Amino acid sequence: MRKLALTDEILLNIEKPARYIGGEVNSVQKDKNKVDIRFAMCFPDTYEIGMSHLGIQILYDMFNRRDDVWCERVYSPWTDMDKVMREKQIPLFALESQEPVRSFDFLGITIQFEMCYTNILQILDLSGIPLHAKDRTDEDPFVIGGGPCAYNPEPLAEFFDLFYIGEGETVYDELFDSYKEWKRSGEPRVRFLERAAQIEGIYVPAFYDAEYKEDGTLLSFTPNNPHAPKKVRKQAVMNVTDAPYPMKPVAPFIKATQDRVVLEIQRGCIRGCRFCQAGMIYRPTRERNVERLKEYARTMLINTGHEEISLSSLSSSDYSDLKELVNFLIDEFKDKGINISLPSLRIDAFSLDVMSKVQDIRKSSLTFAPEAGSQRMRNVINKGLTEEDIINGAGQAFEGGWSKVKLYFMLGLPTETEEDMREIARLSDRVARRYYEIPKEQRNGKCQITASSSFFVPKPFTPFQWASMYPSEEYMRRAHIVRDEFQAQLNRKSLKYNWHDERGTVLEGVMARGDRNVGKVIEEAYRLGCLFDSWTETFRYDLWMKAFENTGVDIAFYNLRERERDELFPWDFIDIGVSRSFLLKEWDRAMAAEVTPNCRMQCSGCGAASFGGGVCYEGKN
Amino acid sequence: MKARIKFRKYGVLRFIGHLDVMRYFQKVMRRADIPIAFTGGYSPHMIMSFASPLGIGLTSDGEYFDIELAAPVNSSDAVRRMNEAGVEGIEVLSFRRISDEKKMTGMTILAAADYLITLRDDCPETAELPDFSRFAAFMGQQEIRIVKQTKRSEREVDIRPLIYDWEVRPDGVFLKLAAGSSENVKPDLVMEAFCRYLDIPADLSHFRWHRLEMYADMGKDGERSLVTLEDLGEDIQ
Repeated sequence: MRKLALTDEILLNIEKPARYIGGEVNSVQKDKNKVDIRFAMCFPDTYEIGMSHLGIQILYDMFNRRDDVWCERVYSPWTDMDKVMREKQIPLFALESQEPVRSFDFLGITIQFEMCYTNILQILDLSGIPLHAKDRTDEDPFVIGGGPCAYNPEPLAEFFDLFYIGEGETVYDELFDSYKEWKRSGEPRVRFLERAAQIEGIYVPAFYDAEYKEDGTLLSFTPNNPHAPKKVRKQAVMNVTDAPYPMKPVAPFIKATQDRVVLEIQRGCIRGCRFCQAGMIYRPTRERNVERLKEYARTMLINTGHEEISLSSLSSSDYSDLKELVNFLIDEFKDKGINISLPSLRIDAFSLDVMSKVQDIRKSSLTFAPEAGSQRMRNVINKGLTEEDIINGAGQAFEGGWSKVKLYFMLGLPTETEEDMREIARLSDRVARRYYEIPKEQRNGKCQITASSSFFVPKPFTPFQWASMYPSEEYMRRAHIVRDEFQAQLNRKSLKYNWHDERGTVLEGVMARGDRNVGKVIEEAYRLGCLFDSWTETFRYDLWMKAFENTGVDIAFYNLRERERDELFPWDFIDIGVSRSFLLKEWDRAMAAEVTPNCRMQCSGCGAASFGGGVCYEGKN
Repeated sequence: MKARIKFRKYGVLRFIGHLDVMRYFQKVMRRADIPIAFTGGYSPHMIMSFASPLGIGLTSDGEYFDIELAAPVNSSDAVRRMNEAGVEGIEVLSFRRISDEKKMTGMTILAAADYLITLRDDCPETAELPDFSRFAAFMGQQEIRIVKQTKRSEREVDIRPLIYDWEVRPDGVFLKLAAGSSENVKPDLVMEAFCRYLDIPADLSHFRWHRLEMYADMGKDGERSLVTLEDLGEDIQ
């Protein structure tokens, strides 16, 4: 029988002990003496959040297919367990073997959002691994980061030995083989990093020097080790159909946030929204073959026993064989008590028809993401959704029996005027008006229009990477303008407006476009007690502000400053395929409120075709 | 057709609560392709009811749930398939056809349950632990009054008559206790009363709780005759 790292006394006195025991369906047990590489794969948030993440499931499966690797999982211990582990000096352990992470060969951390940075330090700290890569010895694993935030790894540079830039399917095998060679050689730690740095897509922060100008901006960023390349090329798997995909994902005992089979139908997005990082870094667009997806759906449902299946992509409506796939899922599984969840669908006749088949119209709501209230603002962000699309889509939905609509917006976008803000409320009201155009006897009581706004944070590798942000109070002021405008609407009783907390926005901004100096704020915030910053109940804005004060790091430098067109950015050493000149051209078009056609309509020459794929490439070849 | 499934829960799965055990079995049903019946409506769910929830931290050799089958399935096949689709920590022991009568579900007819309560071997040395050799004297009392907390009130009850049987075992005590909807006493209440009788602090974390079996009362005219829930079913060929 498996032995646990924690005693009954501990497990019975903390929240959700199942977070820490492992042993779930499809989790992988191996004989540790028969593997060469032990890999601890970490999602630095709670078990329930981490277990919902597709990327880790893909890599967990892919690594464990190798006989010489045992990949296990690690999540952030919740605050109650964190306290116990510190008090009793229990080292952080991996779920499968229940053995300390520090004894592993690798600790891989997926970095999905900026607000998890203090949790990364918690993971290292509880594991007993020195926070700074330079202090690590042969007793420590190599700490490797990946995921979307690795596209600007600089705020975390000191804490990681290496980063994997891009999609995990391409060079991990090479990295593992190289690690085994190094281990056999008995050479010092740095020699492995030198080997790794020569693998495309691997970034070893210690091998680069950043020099700064007097004004604090980057002067130069250069390799200091002959094995490190000047530019690190993002990894993308070009044949997604034949790429590894987990047929037996781990199915947790306790309810994860996403407790279902996930079919990733495509990577990348043809749309080119100017605020969207995923839309740029995951270019070019690559679709998975529909027949393969059908086969995956059957196999994965049987292997997990999940009662729900969901599609995953940045924009499902753009998948070429969407109709065929959705009809298959409905025909095949609807009668077997399987829920079919169809996120990120554009509202049109087809999507309304399938949604009426898979959900209860009276209870469910339809979601639109206009992102901005005015057409001018939508042109600036290149969101190719017109007011006509929204009103017609909502109208069709209302006539089909729906009465609940959710609308998602962003506030604080570049060039945003008060008029643009107010249009959020007015557009919501026009959606409601469309509902009340339906004769009273044909409609189903009042409608419920819920508008939510989040504050825009400029991200690296987007046309908006040059944009300035606002001070915290300004976000608040903008939200209040929108709120007041909602109060002035005809159908205000059918409208509801929520906005996200503005305080996290400022921090996210600093982390997103930060340089190596931001690392010390993260470390100081962690030292002061910040943890689980994305959770409202644990977020300590006051401590974060104190951390900025203590370290002398200036928020305004990262958020409020105008960035020059030719400024060298901390992330510019990464080559994502999409060129800087394309991003700059898009920034200029945004300022002129000019729309750029999507990739299927016309190629704009972004540069991602250099990967040898995408709708533009396929069209030409 | 209705079927009753008996399973045991052991090892690290003692940390999985009742709701998660239900979710676990819903998924096992699909993985093992058991032809379970669903309710109708927009969000159909499996027809499945558990005899008695088992709390977090407890292990058991005799847990039960009843399901409605949409098609017959061979008992030994079903047991094998469910175990193949299962994990270490839960083992299906039997899968039997039971009466279709509504009043015969495990939850309705549950009348008694057996428990084995032992001391944990990792209790702190300073802990004041109960001396089980005095359990006979404890049970020799005319009545054992305890304060029973309900959602709305608390009242004093005599649990002595609800302890149907007991036996001191080498490292603990065996209890046969009233269970179910009419009379019910949980083993922790008994141990609390025992500690109070010994005049020591009742620290329930010192015990290991293990459920052994569950029974229905098939007796007539007030005469108790306990039959295991398993014995009320028969194998499906």
